[in-house]
Amino acid sequence: MAKVLVVTSGKGGVGKTTSTAALGAALAQAGQKVAVVDFDVGLRNLDLVMGAERRVVFDLINITQGVAKLSQALIRDKRLESLYLLPASQTRDKDALTEQGVAGVIKELRGQFDWVICDSPAGIERGATLAMRFADVAVIVTNPEVSSVRDSDRIIGLLDSKTEMAEKGEQIEKHLLITRYDARRAQRGDMLSIDDVLEILSTPLLGIIPESQEVLRASNVGSPVTLCNAASAPARAYLDAARRLKGELVPMNVPTEHQPLFGRLFGRRAA
Amino acid sequence: MNILNLFRRGSSAPVARERLQILLSHERVAGSQPDLLAILQAEILATITRQITVERENVRVRIDRGATVSTLEIDVEIPHPPIQALPRLLEMPARERSKLAANL
Repeated sequence: MAKVLVVTSGKGGVGKTTSTAALGAALAQAGQKVAVVDFDVGLRNLDLVMGAERRVVFDLINITQGVAKLSQALIRDKRLESLYLLPASQTRDKDALTEQGVAGVIKELRGQFDWVICDSPAGIERGATLAMRFADVAVIVTNPEVSSVRDSDRIIGLLDSKTEMAEKGEQIEKHLLITRYDARRAQRGDMLSIDDVLEILSTPLLGIIPESQEVLRASNVGSPVTLCNAASAPARAYLDAARRLKGELVPMNVPTEHQPLFGRLFGRRAA
Repeated sequence: MNILNLFRRGSSAPVARERLQILLSHERVAGSQPDLLAILQAEILATITRQITVERENVRVRIDRGATVSTLEIDVEIPHPPIQALPRLLEMPARERSKLAANL
């Protein structure tokens, strides 16, 4: 049974695309068949972060308008056999997306994949509402920072009212993914702590992604961070988060960059 | 200098946390009534212009949200003549009053 997951946040620049690529790759690394779908029409970037920017032929809007078939537009990842990308259109504007068109594509994807991960654009307009419209699960990406937390609260409100599940009277499954977390700054009291964010948003935690230069490095070379450097702190955090999405119980910790080898081994065993 | 600043400055996360909690508790309520301030401003303006001629931009409605108490501040700037006319206006029967108000 396929799961449709939306990666959303309201605020821009918090790590939706990075997280979509990393979670998609992590699930595929675990043997799941995954499609990542870019909903950011006009400002697509998932192709670039995934390293597939030179292989885009058709896009989401081509399919909704019947110009191309889904199989023609899906790009298979060169590193992972079970990971596919459906890019957004770069030349059209977001009004070209229709609810009916998106419904059709999602339905078709559900029939072929274990996971359909929708990378939402920032904001709360058409692109963002359509990205979440047919989702069963939502991952809300939040930075421990006031404007990001406020926007996440707004998005949670939309998830509980504007999605198809909400309109049917059901609860959409929501998870919080805290990114760019700096444990030292939080400890000094200069950054909202995990507990602060969880208490304010009262949404269960999926994972804590530490601030790391590995994330930028991965996007520079066009590779999801879980593939680019699977042993790095953010990669381990994303791999754990993906296991939690699959329903596994994984103890929550913040992976750190400069852990000694034996510490890492013990940390792994504990997980 | 930097070290001094570090000592002088308290941690900022508790401030962020408190500001967010207050803001969001209000925004969550406001979600059901999207534009309370705009509605208030329109109704207050309508009430005032029944008696006095005032420009729309001279009626300011502000809200200050606190943890336990919020204040609503209504600031109306009235041009000179109506202030003098006000006591007389209030003694008049309603129909004449509005006729006069329309001429001011």
